[in-house]
Amino acid sequence: MSNALLRVESLRKSYGAVEVLRGIDFSVRKGEKVALIGPSGSGKSTCLRCVNMLEKPSAGAIWLEEERVGVRASAGQRERLMSDAELAPQRRQMGMVFQLFYLWPHLTVLENVSVGLIKVQGVPAAEAKAIALEMLEKVHMAHKAQAYPDFLSGGQQQRVAIARALAQRPKLLLFDEPTSALDPELVGEVLNVIHELADEGRTMLLVTHEIRFARDVADRVIFMDGGVVVEEGPARELIQHPRHERTQAFLRQISP
Amino acid sequence: MLLRFDTILAGLLQGVGVTLGVTFGALLIAIILGFALALLRVFWPSRIGAFVIDAYIELFRNIPALAHLFLIYYGLASVGVQLGSVTAAILGLGLIGGASLCDVFRAGFEALHKGQREAALAIGMRPSQAIRLILTPQALRIALPPVGNYATQLLKDSSIASAIAAPEIMFFARSLVTSTFETTLIYVTAAGLYILMSLPIVFAVRALEKRYAGGQAA
Repeated sequence: MSNALLRVESLRKSYGAVEVLRGIDFSVRKGEKVALIGPSGSGKSTCLRCVNMLEKPSAGAIWLEEERVGVRASAGQRERLMSDAELAPQRRQMGMVFQLFYLWPHLTVLENVSVGLIKVQGVPAAEAKAIALEMLEKVHMAHKAQAYPDFLSGGQQQRVAIARALAQRPKLLLFDEPTSALDPELVGEVLNVIHELADEGRTMLLVTHEIRFARDVADRVIFMDGGVVVEEGPARELIQHPRHERTQAFLRQISP
Repeated sequence: MLLRFDTILAGLLQGVGVTLGVTFGALLIAIILGFALALLRVFWPSRIGAFVIDAYIELFRNIPALAHLFLIYYGLASVGVQLGSVTAAILGLGLIGGASLCDVFRAGFEALHKGQREAALAIGMRPSQAIRLILTPQALRIALPPVGNYATQLLKDSSIASAIAAPEIMFFARSLVTSTFETTLIYVTAAGLYILMSLPIVFAVRALEKRYAGGQAA
């Protein structure tokens, strides 16, 4: 386990009396692609959002390499959650792609990708532009560099959002149902881009409803239900021969 | 008739400087104060702070502007703070405007999806950077049309400064009426001056809206 890039330990999350995550443990090795699947309400998105602390866990620990994420513990003192300002350097190391893209409409495609380079990482503007174009190239969107997001299709917006996450030069990419908000005919272009990134050997944690995609791209699949990990295993094996009854029922339901 | 019109126009023009001064002075205070209060109200998680700001807004929105001007001009004088009539008008209208514009800017911020901020934090921006680089430009764009409306409204409302003897257009209009009894001609001329001044504001706001429509699909 020492070579884990990301470790999630006994993660719990409650909203009032409702416990959404009830003790989640898993890890992601460097270069590994892990898919989180499960029925809606199983807690998989919440789990992903806890990794970069967009949701604050109620208990448990997230480790990115040797660093504890989101918690500051000085010797002899009680642990305390970091503020958003303190979290910024840690979040920078984890690229996040949202279900609804969240591109910034007042900035051009190029600016959406380069603003973090310039303002967060302090890269000089000319160099930032070159890197941003390179990232846009990767998602096949360089030809729209000067366009504003509102004039792009959903699939194009999501590809720009992926380029924005790549520009962070992250150790880990988090995908939160990246194709769930897309029209069916636009899903393919986004999945293709994610597939290409996977082939580059990037480390990915992916929440998805695309089971076939999870089988083809992920090394490992984690099936969650009711706020717990029901089973996990090599992608092909788990999807083709699920051991647990709940996994079998879920997979039957979505691909009869 | 022509000679009389010349005299009237010359008389009223003496007030244009003060009308514009009160309008833009109050506008400046209103925008800065309104925006600062909106930032605090939206991003500062303090209940007491929110209560104080809300109290200020309700206090200034629900009392007539004229009452505010009298309180600032005569009320402060009675406790030893003697402001000039123009200063009192700028201050009074500016404080009232700050209350209105605070709500306008706040609505601009609150219209943004929370994902806009999350995406900024996710790439490693500090909250202050997210506000400055991502949220404020979008909120201002939403607020621009109502701020423009407010500015034209303010130009007209600056006429109440005549009630505390600030020498603006309506102040001169009234004194001309008492000396010449050309009531209709004087007030029509004054009305014409207001239109000539407010139209440029309207056009300027439209031009700004176009300029910053940037990424907004029609």
